[in-house]
Amino acid sequence: MDISNKDRARELPVQQIDVFTDTRDILAHANRAARKRGFEDWLICDVDAHHTETISWHELVQYIEDPVIRHQAMLFHDEKMGTASYGLNGDMGLKYQDVGGRIPHQAGIREKVDDGGVHRDVTLSRRAMSALGVDYMVLFPTPMLTLGLHPQPEMEVYLGRAYNRWLIDKVLTKDDRLKTLAYLPFNVPKEAERTIEEFAGQPGVIGFCVPSVRHKAVHHNDYMRIYAMLEERNLPIAFHAAYHWQDQSLATINRFLGMHALGFVWCNMVHMTNWILNGIPERFPKLKSIWVESGLAWIPFLMQRLDDQYLMRPSEAPQLKKLPSEYMRENCWYTTQPMETVNMKALQLTLEMINAESQLLFASDWPHFDFDLPQEIYDLPFLSEQAKRNILGLNAAKLFNLDPTPRKTL
Amino acid sequence: MAEYLVCSEDEIADGGRKVVACGEREIGIFRVKGALHAWHNMCPHRQGPICQGRIYPEVVEPVDDKGEVRTLQYNEENMHVACPWHGWEFNLETGRNAGPAKYRLHRAELAIREGQIYVVL
Repeated sequence: MDISNKDRARELPVQQIDVFTDTRDILAHANRAARKRGFEDWLICDVDAHHTETISWHELVQYIEDPVIRHQAMLFHDEKMGTASYGLNGDMGLKYQDVGGRIPHQAGIREKVDDGGVHRDVTLSRRAMSALGVDYMVLFPTPMLTLGLHPQPEMEVYLGRAYNRWLIDKVLTKDDRLKTLAYLPFNVPKEAERTIEEFAGQPGVIGFCVPSVRHKAVHHNDYMRIYAMLEERNLPIAFHAAYHWQDQSLATINRFLGMHALGFVWCNMVHMTNWILNGIPERFPKLKSIWVESGLAWIPFLMQRLDDQYLMRPSEAPQLKKLPSEYMRENCWYTTQPMETVNMKALQLTLEMINAESQLLFASDWPHFDFDLPQEIYDLPFLSEQAKRNILGLNAAKLFNLDPTPRKTL
Repeated sequence: MAEYLVCSEDEIADGGRKVVACGEREIGIFRVKGALHAWHNMCPHRQGPICQGRIYPEVVEPVDDKGEVRTLQYNEENMHVACPWHGWEFNLETGRNAGPAKYRLHRAELAIREGQIYVVL
């Protein structure tokens, strides 16, 4: 039997995806899906994507303001061996996100990057944006998300400011499709105010971020000036979730699956409860809060729980003029990822309860193990096209004052 | 129905694979315990490149007669492929998900003639 070239199977260049595989090859199916769905004409804003800032820590520490700490940090990276990143607290080796190597892009992105003109993270972000069909990508750090538990509050200030300066200088000024919610050193309120003064209006800064893993009361009077400053500038505040194995409330959990499922939600549930019951949305009605990377299933639970309890005990939340769930639906925005999709009926109800058409923001969380794709919103059978367009990009464009014209080429 | 020539049978050793494009479709051909199995390279979860994932033995946790556990173990009888996007795992021989059986890989038909492997679509 003669087989023409047309009938020969073509061996794929990548037989097994590993940490060295190019992002564009890992996400080839995503790119095909984006083209198939005509995303060329859709504005897609990815409101939560990540880079691993510790890979560039030796560069980043050069941006530390304090000259003594900066010198120490630079010597640390020049001379010490076998240590973690200077000044960084966190989980050290307790990082099991890649499921024992099954999800290589979570373990590390070690692909070849040879764009000499720009920082590695610009190139990697561009590759991901292009593959996913994204127009704007909001970058967050990764190991720094636990800095809120640092035993030295000043270290959050040093490293947070260095990160903001480094990111703007090396990444955000190189591509105006890359944005950030600048790191707010929330454990030192005066320094957080200074951070807003310094970074609001800087290239690529579209708001500010409080990493949620911390034991600080978001309703403390010390923070009211911060909220007023952000409201006045019409800049959102984001609470970005994470997990931490030293959280005593989660101390019995032995599997990462359980830690991730609860940890990434618990921190934001606590902050949201305080945010609402202490009437922050009443005190700062124009302040927009964004709740990032906790998924969506927790929101209906907390809405119902707080509503029921509030009606029995209104004297404990005297600032409220409506139900907690109404503040959560009208004053708060949510990022989609990791969107729980096993029970579509529950998801549909969730989106109705949070008024997803105006409050929901697409997020991929790329390159993390539970990343989502824009197609997951596009393919939802119960949303109108307008709702999908809003969630995928137009809500973010409005919230962050971005040009809603799509900029990508697929 | 179209046939696509992949390679000769001996090019895929036991434990090995060949992931190919047949026109618009991608197929992964795996050899497990001597037999060939072909699956569409499309994870039922999010359409990720399942056939380009790493291969692992099934993970089990033996429970002793007191109901206690001590170690995790690999069961080499069941070889799994894990989707490199999100880690969904499937048995390479049956296509069944490591958890709920309702999630399955989509099998592709193979034909073997004169020592050559063909994908039949």
